[in-house]
Amino acid sequence: MKYWYFPGCSLKSSGRAYEESLLAVFRCLEVPVQELDDWNCCGATSYMSADEVQAFALASRNLALGEQQAGTGGNGGAQLLAPCSACYLLLLKTQRYLAQHPDLAHHARNGLKAVGLTYEDKIKVRHPLDVLVNDIGLDRISKLVKERLSGLKVASYYGCQVVRPFATFDSPWAPTTMDRLVEALGGTPVKWPLKTRCCGGTLIGTVPEVGLRLSHILLQDALRRGADVMITLCPLCQFNLECYQDEMTRQFKETVRLPVLYFTQLMGRAFGLSDKELGLQRSFMPPPWACQARA
Amino acid sequence: MVSAQRFRWVRRSMKYQSELDPGFGEKIANAAYGEKLFSCIQCGTCAATCPVSQYMDYTPRRIIAMVREGFRDEVLNCQTIWLCASCYSCTVDCPKEIKITDVMYALKQEAMAQGMYPKRFPIPILAQEFFRGVERAGRNSEGPLMVKFFLKTNPLGMIRNIPIAWRLWRTGRLSLRQESTRDKNTIRNLLRAAKRA
Repeated sequence: MKYWYFPGCSLKSSGRAYEESLLAVFRCLEVPVQELDDWNCCGATSYMSADEVQAFALASRNLALGEQQAGTGGNGGAQLLAPCSACYLLLLKTQRYLAQHPDLAHHARNGLKAVGLTYEDKIKVRHPLDVLVNDIGLDRISKLVKERLSGLKVASYYGCQVVRPFATFDSPWAPTTMDRLVEALGGTPVKWPLKTRCCGGTLIGTVPEVGLRLSHILLQDALRRGADVMITLCPLCQFNLECYQDEMTRQFKETVRLPVLYFTQLMGRAFGLSDKELGLQRSFMPPPWACQARA
Repeated sequence: MVSAQRFRWVRRSMKYQSELDPGFGEKIANAAYGEKLFSCIQCGTCAATCPVSQYMDYTPRRIIAMVREGFRDEVLNCQTIWLCASCYSCTVDCPKEIKITDVMYALKQEAMAQGMYPKRFPIPILAQEFFRGVERAGRNSEGPLMVKFFLKTNPLGMIRNIPIAWRLWRTGRLSLRQESTRDKNTIRNLLRAAKRA
């Protein structure tokens, strides 16, 4: 089955490595993925604060485009992959709210009509983690593993908006999907309680006093529990947790240094893909296996 | 006649009910599909689970109480609603199933519509710049958004971020190109037609 892919703004710029590694992993698994043509902004968290009805209208255009481009063929309708947490939440929220609130659906329908589209609520919004683990399956994934991640201690960080509040595939409090994936790749999941605590989101840019502290708490706890690497499934979490480590070291007077990768980069590594294919050259620090090789 | 000036030290610490906005709670509840706002039992689970409540001027629990009673100006001018990072912890933990994150969004929208947010407070300015960019081009462009944001809020803050920006640039993660959908008018038409009458 083919999946349609909604990148959103981050996967085209600061989170490019997420797109690169995601597509590489799906290629490896021989599962076809095609980018949604002419997609627009998902409606995102910031947009919600300004005008909710318009945010839903924006999201519904993407859903309508997905339905149109996937056509009516295929079994069970089209599937839209949304790797960014904010996009995933907003597309799901739009589906729920349009179904529950006829007046909202009316506004969205008016908007879509003006641009010659219709939305029939037939498309399914999925997170790639859900698809990889629950559709494709850990069996098929572990068969592709060429280099087991033996001895690598991985702290899986889920963040907020994928598991909350519309979590369709895992618990909003204690999700385990990524930990099971890490085990299938031969790594050791680190048990830590903060895996769904907020990283601060955009606060790191707007009110750094608050945002830095929130991200620092997560890194500190993962380090204390012996993690060699942290993996995330959200471009904003990845950015906050990786790029501000020098700033945290300065501010909190304690060395903070932990590679933060996308879960797809870790998968690709286990599949034997090159660093370049996985966008690892875009990281601010070398991956943990680079240090292992040198040691 | 006794001048009020002479009694300046007599300060009232509470508001009379007549000074509140009685319809405010209802209005926000409707805007947030949070018709359950009035069933809040003030247990404080939201305040306890919130990762940023220690930075807020009013905890989420107090915000709900104040919204219900009609403390319109206090709520719309506070920092709390803007510090909410939309992590949805309170929404999933609330024993009365109140969608507190949606209440925060409704308050942000109302504050934005009334222009009542704290001046030069960076969070609403980011939301506004984001909104404008998408309205114009259909897509957000991270690089240009950040530049506009810093110019409007804290030009000196840009200097602090130069090291990170430089590394992002070198690793190909920062672009100043404006992204857009194929036809920019599409999004403009969509948004115009979807507007609440």
